[in-house]
Amino acid sequence: MPTTTIDGHRIQVDPEGFMTDPAEWSEPLAEALAAQIGLTLTDEHWKAIRFARQDFADQGESPTLRRASVVGGLPTKSLFALFPQKPAKKLAYVAGLPKPRGCV
Amino acid sequence: MASTQSTESTESTQGTRAEPIVPSFGEDAAGRKLAIICSKGDLDMAYPGLILANAALGEGVETHLFFTFWGFDMINRRTMGNLKLTMLGNTATHLPQGLGGLPGMTTLATHQMRKAIAELGVPDVPEFLQQIVDAGGHLWACRMSADMQHLGLDDLYEEVEDIISASDFIEKTDGAQLLFI
Repeated sequence: MPTTTIDGHRIQVDPEGFMTDPAEWSEPLAEALAAQIGLTLTDEHWKAIRFARQDFADQGESPTLRRASVVGGLPTKSLFALFPQKPAKKLAYVAGLPKPRGCV
Repeated sequence: MASTQSTESTESTQGTRAEPIVPSFGEDAAGRKLAIICSKGDLDMAYPGLILANAALGEGVETHLFFTFWGFDMINRRTMGNLKLTMLGNTATHLPQGLGGLPGMTTLATHQMRKAIAELGVPDVPEFLQQIVDAGGHLWACRMSADMQHLGLDDLYEEVEDIISASDFIEKTDGAQLLFI
């Protein structure tokens, strides 16, 4: 696995750039990851990120949009507003988790 | 690890810090459009279109669904929550075809499929349509199917945008990739 440096944080990533060790994640790193993809994190983003981190810890998989809305109580519409175009993937990226693999 | 070394060597040979590896969430999907024609009203034939529409929307692809012929059952308020799976003529159940004709077999097969789908965390048809609309998807009803079944917009799922002709749909999805299910 490659390593990369983002805003001074040296992290292990998969070939696409998703982090491979959730333990290397930190809140300041999340800000830096978000900046890489043009996002500025708000409280609403943090709500989603905390859910994704917790859900990954519980399930061992990055949540799909469906899970984020049903289990995390984050409405689909607002996820699209917070993480435009590809909400599940962007959320997983900023939360330092693997690319989601669920279908629904 | 080879890949780590190559990253390091890129950095040292350039003498400057290498560009961070960031996934491309890019604009690669920008302008991509998908049209899905749903022409079947069986429970097992409703899901492929819904799942693909949902996946496309999650990738930032503009997505339009056109419900026509038996696919109208997916958006008819009276039937949408009650689609069925039949074993008759469906060899993919891998059970003797004769069984499918026995009383109660459609109910049983439908029940089993609903259970299997729910266990995967996949919503039923009405809720799935709502999720697709929340994700920015467009639902269209076929004019001819509506006329055949004597149905108006009031009889259809509330998020259906309009009843339109096939040619209107073709116009709306100009340049789109198309799936017929």
